[in-house]
Amino acid sequence: MSSQTLYDKLWHSHVIRSEPDGTALIYIDRHLVHEVTSPQAFEGLRLNNRPVWRVSSILATQDHNVPTTAVKEITDPVSRLQVSTLDENCKSHGITEFAMGDPRQGIVHVIGPEQGATLPGMTVVCGDSHTSTHGAFAALAMGIGTSEVEHVLATQCLLSKKAKSMLVRVEGVLRPGVTAKDVALAVIGEIGTAGGTGYAIEFGGSAIRGLSMEGRMTLCNMAIEAGARNGMVAADETTIAYLRGRPYAPTAQQWDAAVAVWKTLHSDEHAQFDRVVDIPADSIEPQVTWGTSPEMVTTIGGKVPDPARETDPTRRQGIEKALSYMGLKANTPIADIEIDKVFIGSCTNSRIEDLRAAADVVKGRQVSSRVKLAMVVPGSGLVKAAAEKEGLDRIFTEAGFEWRNPGCSMCLGMNDDRLEPGERCASTSNRNFEGRQGTGGRTHLVSPAMAAAAAIAGHFVDIRNL
Amino acid sequence: MQKFTTHDGLVAPMDRANVDTDAIIPKQFLKSIKRSGFGPNLFDAWRYLDEGQPGKDNSNRPLNPDFVLNQARYKGASILLTRENFGCGSSREHAPWALEDYGFRAVIASSFADIFHSNSYKNGLLPITLSAEIVNDLLHTTLSHEGYRLTIDLPEQKVMTPDGRAFTFEIDGFRKYCLIEGLDDIGLTLRHAEEIKNFEGSRRAAQPWLYVESAR
Repeated sequence: MSSQTLYDKLWHSHVIRSEPDGTALIYIDRHLVHEVTSPQAFEGLRLNNRPVWRVSSILATQDHNVPTTAVKEITDPVSRLQVSTLDENCKSHGITEFAMGDPRQGIVHVIGPEQGATLPGMTVVCGDSHTSTHGAFAALAMGIGTSEVEHVLATQCLLSKKAKSMLVRVEGVLRPGVTAKDVALAVIGEIGTAGGTGYAIEFGGSAIRGLSMEGRMTLCNMAIEAGARNGMVAADETTIAYLRGRPYAPTAQQWDAAVAVWKTLHSDEHAQFDRVVDIPADSIEPQVTWGTSPEMVTTIGGKVPDPARETDPTRRQGIEKALSYMGLKANTPIADIEIDKVFIGSCTNSRIEDLRAAADVVKGRQVSSRVKLAMVVPGSGLVKAAAEKEGLDRIFTEAGFEWRNPGCSMCLGMNDDRLEPGERCASTSNRNFEGRQGTGGRTHLVSPAMAAAAAIAGHFVDIRNL
Repeated sequence: MQKFTTHDGLVAPMDRANVDTDAIIPKQFLKSIKRSGFGPNLFDAWRYLDEGQPGKDNSNRPLNPDFVLNQARYKGASILLTRENFGCGSSREHAPWALEDYGFRAVIASSFADIFHSNSYKNGLLPITLSAEIVNDLLHTTLSHEGYRLTIDLPEQKVMTPDGRAFTFEIDGFRKYCLIEGLDDIGLTLRHAEEIKNFEGSRRAAQPWLYVESAR
């Protein structure tokens, strides 16, 4: 067989049958479920009297609506009904669910890998666009809509068409203070939020191989912000070491056989990609978004752009609308932008390494008096416990941060954690869309260390100068 | 699913790029456990001057007079015309549900985000991709001609203008067939249940660690 990309290997190993137009029925190994995009799918099964095809392929949790404060019950009756509907659906089908109060509960894209429920070579789906996260494990992972959730529940398959392939290659060594989040934002700045539409992106190169699993998850998580339904990284020793001993990972007898398969999960030497994007590692600096789309991004040393200098009328109008919404003036240095709130969390940046990076910056310092709220929301109960064991919670609380319970929280504000109109937030989440963190709220996407530094200074600062 | 064959409808122009799913239907409405009723909250933050909440009566909320769908000339529009990367962002199927519930049968754009694109087909909402030049031209024509309508012919894969021009669009054969017939994907897939079982059986034999029944 000729040289294959990682995507080719993952795709071909899951195709059950193909239609003449290329539409394929692909088999799904792992289905992650949360409360927001599943109720209508379970309802559809009930109405048509269809069973769940393979219950053990499913892992469910509650994350979008859950409160992050100490309260035991959700006060909003609409949210409460959505969460209890998931409980009932899981109970009636016998599906494993990490519900509120379970120490393993957390953001679906944090708990899958944490449990070893995401394994190399799998197809992983979830009714959530950030499912691309799981591609960090050399898995074919993609976000799906609710009709597709129902389709997977009923048939264990997805109807899909093979995408084009893109290699984003980052060779070299990342500079100090530059993280996977900065790489992700730099890639989106380079190719745009539609640059990856129709592609499956593989991230490769020595800088990517040098990333931890947490970093690779951050990067693949943001593939969807570049328009790509899948992001992925080849399996290597880092992947294998991360998975050893996790609850759903292969046991002793099967471990060696599994590892032998996983070691084949990389693009072959001469594999051809439809598009290759090269970004030298040492060209990447800490990133800050200034607008209402993740592609509206610049470096910490940069300035808010001037729409007058944009020649394309649609783009100029986009910049004008964004600056108006964000309450920013053209040519303002990014480091002069003052913030009201800080959010460290989300499926992008709420894992233990993210919290360590933020705590390193915060240690021995105080949150600026102009910052109304700085909060840290761990990605899961297990991340929270691990952080507390290391004393990170005390570093944050002593500096004036709030230390919360796990959930999606202010990434999208479906619970009570929201921005008020006009408030400006340094956020480690993934989307800076209008109203995303609360109606009228203004989001600037940054890495955990950059968010922590902004909390201390009250405005954006270059962490390399601290 | 509602069938789609041909459709003649009033066009509403949304002259911007990168319209995201948070704009199409804001997160507070995602708490619903139903598939219907999202139409009154389509583009909620742009459409109303106050903040919408699930369960709130939308009939007496203050409308934003500058928002395109609030203009009398676009009342009853069933074709949305917009620029590139429409539907970017989250996987929420509530976005096509809201567009469909409002009364849209088709969205014409110069490009679509992948997940929104596939979600639309599942709900009888036809996403049509035309070149940026044609979209630009149609946007100008719609803005300058009150009551501007287009006719969509799915079997022929054409968008036709009142002055007799026709633009061809691409669509996967399988999706076209499902839309025209109004077919349920799941029923179609289950016709291949034996093949799925066979595939699953061989996979389980080759890689048994993928079939762990519960956590250790």
